[in-house]
Amino acid sequence: MDKLIVSPSPHYYGDYTVKKLMYGVVYALLPAFLVSVYFFGIGALIVTAISIVSCLAFEYLIQKYLMKTEPSVTNGSALVTGLLLAFNLPTNLPWWIIVIGALVAIGVGKMTFGGLGNNPFNPALVGRVFLFISFPVQMTSWPTPVASRLQYTDAVTGPTPLGIMKEGLSAQETVPQLMEQLPGYMDLFLGYMHGSMGEISALALIAGGIYMVFRKIITWHIPASIILSVLVFTGILWLINPYDNADPLFHLLTGGLMLGAIYMATDYVTSPMTPKGMWIFGIGIGVITVAIRVFGAYPEGVSFAILIMNAFVPLINKYVKPDGFGEEVKNG
Amino acid sequence: MIKTFPRGGIHPPEDKISAGSPIRELPLPKTVNIPAGQHLGAQADPLVKKGDKVKTGQLIAKSSGFVSANIHSSVTGTVAKVDLIMDSSGYRRMTISINSEKDEWLEGIDTSNTLRKNITAKKEEIIEKTREAGIVGLGGATFPTHIKLSVPKGKKAEVLIINGAECEPCLTSDHRLMLERGEELMVGIRLIMTALGVNKAVIGIENNKPDAISHLQSLIGDYPEIEVQPLTVKYPQGAEKQLIKAITGREVPSGKLPIEVGAVVHNAGTAFAVYEAVQKKKPLIERYVTVTGKNLSTPSNFLVRIGTPVAELIEAAGGLPEGTGKVVNGGPMMGKALNSLDVPVTKGTSGILVIPEEKSFRKPALNCIRCAKCVSICPMGLEPYLLRAASEHKKWDMVEAERGMDCMECGSCSYICPSGIPLLDFIRLGKSTVSKIIRSRKQ
Repeated sequence: MDKLIVSPSPHYYGDYTVKKLMYGVVYALLPAFLVSVYFFGIGALIVTAISIVSCLAFEYLIQKYLMKTEPSVTNGSALVTGLLLAFNLPTNLPWWIIVIGALVAIGVGKMTFGGLGNNPFNPALVGRVFLFISFPVQMTSWPTPVASRLQYTDAVTGPTPLGIMKEGLSAQETVPQLMEQLPGYMDLFLGYMHGSMGEISALALIAGGIYMVFRKIITWHIPASIILSVLVFTGILWLINPYDNADPLFHLLTGGLMLGAIYMATDYVTSPMTPKGMWIFGIGIGVITVAIRVFGAYPEGVSFAILIMNAFVPLINKYVKPDGFGEEVKNG
Repeated sequence: MIKTFPRGGIHPPEDKISAGSPIRELPLPKTVNIPAGQHLGAQADPLVKKGDKVKTGQLIAKSSGFVSANIHSSVTGTVAKVDLIMDSSGYRRMTISINSEKDEWLEGIDTSNTLRKNITAKKEEIIEKTREAGIVGLGGATFPTHIKLSVPKGKKAEVLIINGAECEPCLTSDHRLMLERGEELMVGIRLIMTALGVNKAVIGIENNKPDAISHLQSLIGDYPEIEVQPLTVKYPQGAEKQLIKAITGREVPSGKLPIEVGAVVHNAGTAFAVYEAVQKKKPLIERYVTVTGKNLSTPSNFLVRIGTPVAELIEAAGGLPEGTGKVVNGGPMMGKALNSLDVPVTKGTSGILVIPEEKSFRKPALNCIRCAKCVSICPMGLEPYLLRAASEHKKWDMVEAERGMDCMECGSCSYICPSGIPLLDFIRLGKSTVSKIIRSRKQ
């Protein structure tokens, strides 16, 4: 050996890589995926496959031919976007709508801003909301779990618990009456209900979330702040009038709340940098979600709430700073 | 109770593979190169010229200002030259080169290993002897110790903290010192306490050194005012401000010195050097150095004369392994990579780390994905991603406003970054530019 390598310290590097973190998210999503396959059968497999393949393909093609950079499809970020987009779709969605969703998610949501790290909005949610507004009929027909296991676009469909609640309340029915038509809490917790592919099972999503916190892929702040603020806000409404307002547990177990709180809002690129900022972000999402669900026109509002709070992230990062060491004299 | 600092921190692999190797005295080198500037502050003025005969322990360069330190010969022999020679920083510095002939110590120096427990020296005498002996902070910062022994007017020292954390991975020289020279260390701590006028001292040790903790605890029976405090293994536990926070709960204000909160921190090695200077009249001419690395055949802890070429240490530890990429002066987190093995061991050399070539390169840097890991682990509560962006875009006022000058360069952010961004490189650039701006503002 003739020459020594010289570089500034540190000379040790940690094990974290972007790829490891992204695949960690993929592993965390596996339980929820298996639950979806159990309830929705081949529809879940087809939607997931189309979403992932088209997200990877668009990422590769745009990087190679439009941006003319070295494609980085193997880093796992497009895989996560594809998986999360599929989780946000009903499992009877025609293949070409999924491809459009993937194009919007990767092309508009991510690559127009310069790719991974530069996008202000969660790409999968950009794709989902675009489809939701463009194809409202297809995006709001949800296959019946278990019964439609062997069907794809021809599946028998039905409304989500949140949809039943919204419809019923506007038809002057009361919450106790409506709860009788809905699956029990245990079914809601396990995922036996109508809904988007990956959002149904709170149990599986929470298990994946605990895995991610344990592996230090995410911190607990964002999920906890969203869940807590939804709990408090819906709890207040429920205490004021339990006939017009569903109880907090119902809100936590239905719709995309767990999926949004644990996997969508915690997207690195589009969430704040400091714990304090994460709390503000999470509380904002929780409050907007409940406001849309209870007072808005749509039965569900997690996607909109996250996208709206995504827009505030640069502002939060600018004004919310970590407590600096020795910044204020705290010695007593 | 095990204590730690609350904010940030990382846990790199500890790799203390030389912890079980007792200290061995390295054979006398044929030539020593002793730089005149081995400490923080002004370099010392050489007192010898080519051809002069010097004895071991003789003063060969004199402290040249308030922040400066004396330099002594570490061998007996003839001065070969006084010239600019490259040191471990990679710069050429005024260096006294001595051909070693024998080991004849200057008269009056007690070179025996007899423990001298009885303290007769008064405050001023301790400070003066420390100054004469050229003692500097041996943890690596190399700030002249006698300055830290004199409490500034208007301030009061309440507690002395002895840094035995040794939070840098790989290094074990302080560990061995605490195990093998514990009794001397206790006397050294007593001396520093006398100089500072404090009646409480706490030795902070990370609890990956249980043998050192229990050994020192067995010795404090004679010293009721000294306490041993086990600390969590977390980097940078041994950083001055973090150590004070862990042990006393007090936060040194930004830009201020520890004395602001009544604390003074000295490294365990420094306390031992003070013992030798005051009780044995021995100047700082040798120190404990860890020589380690996974591929090294015998990772060791040596007692090394200042000025010994690094190559001789590596030779004594089994020779440079095949496929070595980097040799680091210090630990893997804050040490400096050497560009030559001819450079000498100086007062600040706590270890020599040999890293194989495949571990010598950084990961390729990717886009920042804003994962916030750098923010969550920064022990100073900074936002490294932001400081990096500010430095990269030359927004120096932003580096200053975002408290970039509080960065102590522990390297945790570069360590943790999943995108392999060299955050600390950019922050260093920002810091050096901002400090120039601050200096020009004062003029």
